[in-house]
Amino acid sequence: MNGYYSRKLHSLLGVIPLGLFFIEHALTNFGAFEGGLARFNAGVKLLNDLPLLYVLEWVLIYIPLIYHGVFGLYIAYQAKPNNGRFQYSRNWRYTFQRITGVITFVYVVWHVYETRVQLALGHLTHEELAGTMHNIMIQPGLFTLYLIGVISASFHFANGLWSFLVSWGITVGPRAQRVSSYICMTMFVLVALMFVLSMVAFRRAEFQEATALLDTVKLVLS
Amino acid sequence: MAEQTASTKKVKFIITRQDSPDAASYVEEFELPYRPGMNVISALMEIQRNPQNNKGENVAPVCWESNCLEEVCGACSMVINGKPRQACAALIDKLEQPIRVQPMRTFPVVRDLIIDRSRMFNALKRVKAWIPIDGTYDLGPGPRMPEKKRQWAYELSKCMTCGVCLEACPNVNDKTDFIGPAAISQVRLFNAHPTGEMNADERLDSLMDDGGIEGCGNSQNCVRSCPKGIPLTTSIAEINKQSTKHLFKKWLSV
Repeated sequence: MNGYYSRKLHSLLGVIPLGLFFIEHALTNFGAFEGGLARFNAGVKLLNDLPLLYVLEWVLIYIPLIYHGVFGLYIAYQAKPNNGRFQYSRNWRYTFQRITGVITFVYVVWHVYETRVQLALGHLTHEELAGTMHNIMIQPGLFTLYLIGVISASFHFANGLWSFLVSWGITVGPRAQRVSSYICMTMFVLVALMFVLSMVAFRRAEFQEATALLDTVKLVLS
Repeated sequence: MAEQTASTKKVKFIITRQDSPDAASYVEEFELPYRPGMNVISALMEIQRNPQNNKGENVAPVCWESNCLEEVCGACSMVINGKPRQACAALIDKLEQPIRVQPMRTFPVVRDLIIDRSRMFNALKRVKAWIPIDGTYDLGPGPRMPEKKRQWAYELSKCMTCGVCLEACPNVNDKTDFIGPAAISQVRLFNAHPTGEMNADERLDSLMDDGGIEGCGNSQNCVRSCPKGIPLTTSIAEINKQSTKHLFKKWLSV
């Protein structure tokens, strides 16, 4: 494919659908902070009750994710950062965009393996998800890795949105680009905060009880 | 007068040199007597007159390229204390010492500080940075350019193809074929011209291909480095806008 189209597609997919899914994910998770276990499980159920779930997942998430991720690694490889010589904030964000992209790639592969892949393999049910997240979050090491992962992903999303607006010719002048960078950086902080708060929420005892309860049910049933 | 007394003040230069395009580079230090008002070019001329390094060895004089000596031709671009700029406009009084001078390695080095900027001129050919007016008969006067437009377009016309924006860009390197900011800004200039506008799509098409405008990674170092203060990032975003429109028009009309 012509380099222009492949790069444009990469830029588009990062926002639609991946950026939208990312926001949706932040909201569902935030349900855990706002309304506890019941709210989180209701959110998970809502998504899983969508019709054509597999088609939606593949078309709106997996295919765009694989394309954006793999092509993104190539873009990161092509960069030759020169932050030593040009210590401008935009130039730092250029480099961070690539670093956080690579971190996010690794993190998403791991996170999808722990959750969606385990579900597909039948090692996990949707009801057990909350408990699984609880078990991850109570371990300081894994909590830290998740923290790095969600902050990187949030930055990559927000800063990528800023670049998207430039690359599609929506924000043209310096003032428009400055205002959009304030908006995007605020989004970075807000989205990152939502993810971190939901991670903290998963540490609450009620999520553990969810696991305990399920274990009892399993024991009784077996 | 102070200028005429022999000055004991010295200026120290650390210059990255290279004897031929394929040779390895090396660093050589020079110490010159200070003269008021001197710039990097006059210092290089001083080395040419007395090519002796700071160890007292006679060496081949340092080669460089320069023409206008007033920052409008773009020939003497080099990396001075880490920043790409024109050597003729780099005043010694305003530079931290020792002064480190290197060639702009984004381009092939010919010798010492001389680089080959051919890729920039090829880029101008690729994007058709001109206005075709030749015909078999007199086409008459073209449409007039509104004064307001002329004023900002004039700023874009100040580009001297010096290569500083390419040197500052993290996406112009040997792993990519990105055309660089300068040529993209020229597309905006020629697409803004009332006669040039007639061939706007051809110029956009030239950038909507491998190594075209998509190579921009938005580091925005170019606009911070341009010696002529050309709004390069505005040009890039404007061409992004024009090419996006062109893309949809093309798709929806076939």
